[in-house]
Amino acid sequence: MASLKEMRNRIGSVKATQKITKALQMVAAAKLRRSQDAAQNARPYAERMAAVIANLAAGVSGEGAPRLLVGTGSDQRHLIVVATSDRGLAGGFNTSIVRAARERINRLLSEGKDVRVLTLGRKARDQLKRLDRSVGAFEAGGSPSLAIAEEVAARVRALFEAGDVDVVTLYFSKFKSVISQTAMGVQLIPAQIEASASAIDLKGAVYEYEPDEETILEELLPRNITTQVFSAMLENQAGFYASQMTAMDNATRNAGEMISALTLKYNRSRQAQITKELIEIISGAEAL
Amino acid sequence: MADKLHFSLVSPERQLFSGLVDQVDAPGSEGDFGVLAGHAPFMTALKEGPVTVHNDGQITVYQVRGGFADVTPDGFTVLAEHAIEAV
Repeated sequence: MASLKEMRNRIGSVKATQKITKALQMVAAAKLRRSQDAAQNARPYAERMAAVIANLAAGVSGEGAPRLLVGTGSDQRHLIVVATSDRGLAGGFNTSIVRAARERINRLLSEGKDVRVLTLGRKARDQLKRLDRSVGAFEAGGSPSLAIAEEVAARVRALFEAGDVDVVTLYFSKFKSVISQTAMGVQLIPAQIEASASAIDLKGAVYEYEPDEETILEELLPRNITTQVFSAMLENQAGFYASQMTAMDNATRNAGEMISALTLKYNRSRQAQITKELIEIISGAEAL
Repeated sequence: MADKLHFSLVSPERQLFSGLVDQVDAPGSEGDFGVLAGHAPFMTALKEGPVTVHNDGQITVYQVRGGFADVTPDGFTVLAEHAIEAV
């Protein structure tokens, strides 16, 4: 059995851990608010962009349609972009994203497709390293920035334009609420048109385009990739802090339970020892 | 007073402006244009330059880069990669 001193040390160490998890939880809670706002603020842009593209795409088809919209006509070579956070201590947050991506990768591989992986965030890079299919790794950085999203999007476009990939899918975690984040995949290339986003009521009027639809689409589609990567980063960030807050809250509570269990055990042993010593003294005195 | 136009200016980071205004001038890629309430549906890319919002005699200017304009019966939306309020 552990000595009293050992148990005291153990309690002290759990208390120190609890202080850390408590601090992390509070930091995450504070940052969650900010990143939730950021994700919220970015939504109008992404939504309008999707609506505009849906609107345009309805009018463009056939020969002149940009390849970012219609694809290369093949779906043999896939690029999976996996976006996670740089840091851990957030429960199953990163693992669930990577798991979703990995399921997809395995399915594609079993169908005989060629799969490449581009990672955004250190955790994705570390967890997918062993697949050995990486064509690049980016770090998510402290807070989501458009500059990083642009870099990633530029890399994706370069790979697509060089003819190395046919289909690009982005995996990230959608922030639904503080207690619920869902890992999901979004197809970047060919661009997915949301059916719900289309059909703006023009009240009988006809759209005028300046210059023409194709030129506008060609300018918008690359930008849309950046936007989608950026909003994935924002969603991830909010989800990460929510997840970290929950994980650290649990950790703090577990540490508390452990402290009371250990303290109880410590007090019992101490009492047992005192009782034992008393018995020894009394029986010693009686023997005289 | 004539009808007002619903105008919103959004960048990837946030929505800079949303509300009813009298008139908005924007630098289209094929030439500058102004939008009043009841404009025909219209879509264009924007050059780098100022987007000027007129409302009740007040003028607000935003500097816009990588922008895109969309006029629908519901209003006028500028999607801009970079946008700041000019002072």
